[in-house]
Amino acid sequence: MKERVILESDQFNLVIKRLCCELIENHNDFLSTVIIGLQPRGIFLANRIHQILTEHYKLDVKNGTIDATFFRDDFRRNENPLIPNSTKLDFALEGKRVILIDDVLYTGRTIRAGMDAMLAFGRPAKVELLVLIDRQFGRHVPIQPDYTGLKVDTIEEQRVNVQWQESDGKDKVILFTS
Amino acid sequence: MTNNFSTEHLLGIKELIPEDISLIFQVADNFKEVINRPLKKVPSLRDVTVANLFFENSTRTKLSFELAEKRLSADVINFSSSESSVKKGESLVDTVNNILAMKVDMIVLRHPNPGAAKFLSERVDSKIINAGDGTHEHPTQALLDSYSIREKYGDVKNKKVVIVGDILHSRVALSNIFCLQKLGAKVSVCGPPTLIPKYITSLDVEVTYNLEEALQWCDVAMMLRIQLERQGKSGSHNVGYFPTLREYAMQYGLTKKLLDKVNKDIIVMHPGPINRGIEISSDVADSGQSIILSQVENGVAIRMAVLYLLAGFAE
Repeated sequence: MKERVILESDQFNLVIKRLCCELIENHNDFLSTVIIGLQPRGIFLANRIHQILTEHYKLDVKNGTIDATFFRDDFRRNENPLIPNSTKLDFALEGKRVILIDDVLYTGRTIRAGMDAMLAFGRPAKVELLVLIDRQFGRHVPIQPDYTGLKVDTIEEQRVNVQWQESDGKDKVILFTS
Repeated sequence: MTNNFSTEHLLGIKELIPEDISLIFQVADNFKEVINRPLKKVPSLRDVTVANLFFENSTRTKLSFELAEKRLSADVINFSSSESSVKKGESLVDTVNNILAMKVDMIVLRHPNPGAAKFLSERVDSKIINAGDGTHEHPTQALLDSYSIREKYGDVKNKKVVIVGDILHSRVALSNIFCLQKLGAKVSVCGPPTLIPKYITSLDVEVTYNLEEALQWCDVAMMLRIQLERQGKSGSHNVGYFPTLREYAMQYGLTKKLLDKVNKDIIVMHPGPINRGIEISSDVADSGQSIILSQVENGVAIRMAVLYLLAGFAE
């Protein structure tokens, strides 16, 4: 298997900072906006963005995590059951502007499930999607991001892996080709 | 954490490996969060039909299973033997096959005969969950009991649990002994000698006949219901295994006075339904030490986890 780093640590953090600036441009003081990271890997990006917005820009932003496992459309289609992760959302979404965050957007099915999962917590005024990596041309459902870190052109056999300092020791994005 | 579930049916705790139990607990944690949401339903089992077949009376287990199934969006059909063709002489396998012909995917079975769930699992093509088979096993009750202990203490390992009362007729006791031991707890039983089966020591269980001593030893006291319906018809109050209910209550009933005397932070459990004033007094059942109502809440989460994991394989 061949691997190629498509985003190194410095660039990686620059991209996240840029995404934060784009968010501020659209959401000002975040009074009616909340961010939600999608389990399992979207929470790292959500936490990083939350950290920058609160520490660097001194904004009061609510951050939650949502697990979409129970809403996935491939349940009972695998050899093993799908094991869920935790959902932590201690605020209501009714009337809020929600920024849904994930690391990689590919088929769009996880995001679809995530939006279904979100509705259990109220009816948001608006939902936007932020992703670090957009694997273009692989979509199975009509879902597009509002904020994108990096667009990559990939084929089905390839795999994109986002690594985080918190869990993998280093910030980088790798493209695997089999 | 593995995501393999080693079994196709839930027939008893005996057949499970400790990893299965941990997986059920992990998934139940997530369902516990789900059932405390404003919108308590998830669509996971929307294409699954579950039949609840109850050949024996049950209130809480049946309601708990039905609620769990509905929270998972399954289609549910209910059957109880009192209002069915069983009265007309139909056999268990025939009844179930007729129900399966209506395209049912899973069966929750409560039956008065030990081994009924296993018998059925070998003869019909469906996933079976044992909801109590006679005096044999009641796996989901044991799972929710251990889950409640884990919730209270953080872990079940090395906890000392005493099961008090009618061990002889109790499927809850047997399943709990298996479950607690698989999770590393130490188990002892306490009750009148007539209600403690002879073979019990072969399960690596300590036996004591003195409730106060048992309480001195334990972290958790699991009180069992005196099963009046299984006690035979001899003697007063239909009781054949001990002289009178009053004597039983005096010897083996858990009272506030006794708990104060022991003066230890013991948690008190009961699988329900409670005979207040017999195995447990009202002031204990309603006290802060009792976790009886969280057992009931956890029951729904545990049953959701079991249904979810068993339904989760590709056919």
